[in-house]
Amino acid sequence: MHTLERIVIVGASLAGLRAAETLRSEGFEGVITLVGDEPHAPYDRPPLSKQVLRGEWDGDRVALPAGRNEALDLTWELGVVATGLDLERRTVVLADGRALPFDGLVIATGAAPRHIPGTEHLAGVFALRTIDDATAVRGALDAGASRVVVVGAGFIGAEVAASCRERGVDVTMVEPLPAPLARVLGLEVGEVIADLHREHGVDLRLETGVESITEGSDGAALRVQLTDERVVGADLVVVGIGVSPNTGWLHGSGLMIEDGVLCDDTTMAAPGVVACGDVARWPNPLFGEVMRVEHWEHALDMGAHAARRLLAGDGPGEPFAPVPFFWSDQYDRKIQLAGRVRPTDQVEVVAGSLDGRRFCALYGRDGRVVGALTMNMPARVIRYRRQIAEGLGWDRALAAAAEAAAPKGP
Amino acid sequence: MRVVVDFDLCESNAVCMGIAPEVFEVRDDDFLYVLQEEPDEALRPKVEEAASRCPKQAITIEG
Repeated sequence: MHTLERIVIVGASLAGLRAAETLRSEGFEGVITLVGDEPHAPYDRPPLSKQVLRGEWDGDRVALPAGRNEALDLTWELGVVATGLDLERRTVVLADGRALPFDGLVIATGAAPRHIPGTEHLAGVFALRTIDDATAVRGALDAGASRVVVVGAGFIGAEVAASCRERGVDVTMVEPLPAPLARVLGLEVGEVIADLHREHGVDLRLETGVESITEGSDGAALRVQLTDERVVGADLVVVGIGVSPNTGWLHGSGLMIEDGVLCDDTTMAAPGVVACGDVARWPNPLFGEVMRVEHWEHALDMGAHAARRLLAGDGPGEPFAPVPFFWSDQYDRKIQLAGRVRPTDQVEVVAGSLDGRRFCALYGRDGRVVGALTMNMPARVIRYRRQIAEGLGWDRALAAAAEAAAPKGP
Repeated sequence: MRVVVDFDLCESNAVCMGIAPEVFEVRDDDFLYVLQEEPDEALRPKVEEAASRCPKQAITIEG
């Protein structure tokens, strides 16, 4: 094991920054260099589709405080793209030709939104991932865009649709699945979310894809041809059809790349190399599943864990076994999920009701609770999160929930 | 140590409650209650962790 004197972190967003913070809080005194492909200081992404798009927050309000904390003594390489990794020489190759030497490397390059082929050149078609994306979409709304087509009713699409409706803009949301988020949450809960959007005036086109987007001719800037042969005019199209991990720069490096950087259960990808956040895939021992997780809190947790793993050096390292957790705010509803669910899981509403849009649903598989989803019941999801980590059984959970719901006697 | 929550920012995500239930509690009314505004020093690591993981950065620690 070499002495760790220089640590390079590629990726200057939430996971990379938390790794840097953790290295310092664990006592690392060497040089930490953060390489980020965006020119901006690290910022927080969740407000982009909400407060920023609604026009409530300016772009500079999303800066992450740790990114401005000079006590962390970080060396910044912002607006710089990493193009290669040489594990033999232990250097990160940059687009400007420089090679940054490292003793320890943290890979936190995140993920990039997928695009609809053939739309890259079109003005008015955006993804929503970066602060520049959010500023551009907001700019188009501020400039009077009044018809928006949202492609994909996943979390980003649904939040964009909600923010646009709250601005009074006409929204058509197109989704190939029979309900929003059906692939993640199943049909029953997906339909609750579908109704939520319809009630707020979204023209929701389910089981429908986009055939093509072209420049419009009838007054609208864009012409969106749907797979059901209908055509929708739009001033603005926001595409939220998922992301791909940013691993292009690692090809040929010798690291295992399989829809992300493949790590061991401690977040290590190679000796002296760890990965974290959206870009990392690892076997989560708690679920017996190799997973890649794109949530906000996951970036924090895995960034901290990866930093500690790097400092542990040749030691065995602790397995990383979190219960994934996310939230999504749409209109006045807060959707939160703890766990790892599949559409084929058993689903049972244990508190509140789907109709009332305030509920807690448990997801079960093989006799265990694997997830808890809540709408406007935040305390419950947090309690279940802890219990899922402890291996909460399905029958026990249902019995306890029934008992808690029963009227207190006599 | 004094715990201050900016309730204009707080969205009751309840992350803090998962980390430091001795100090933070989100109740069935969906509002966050600070159970101890001046918690014991022994709770500092947990409270700091809760503050740094608040998705809204709504928690600050004074002193």
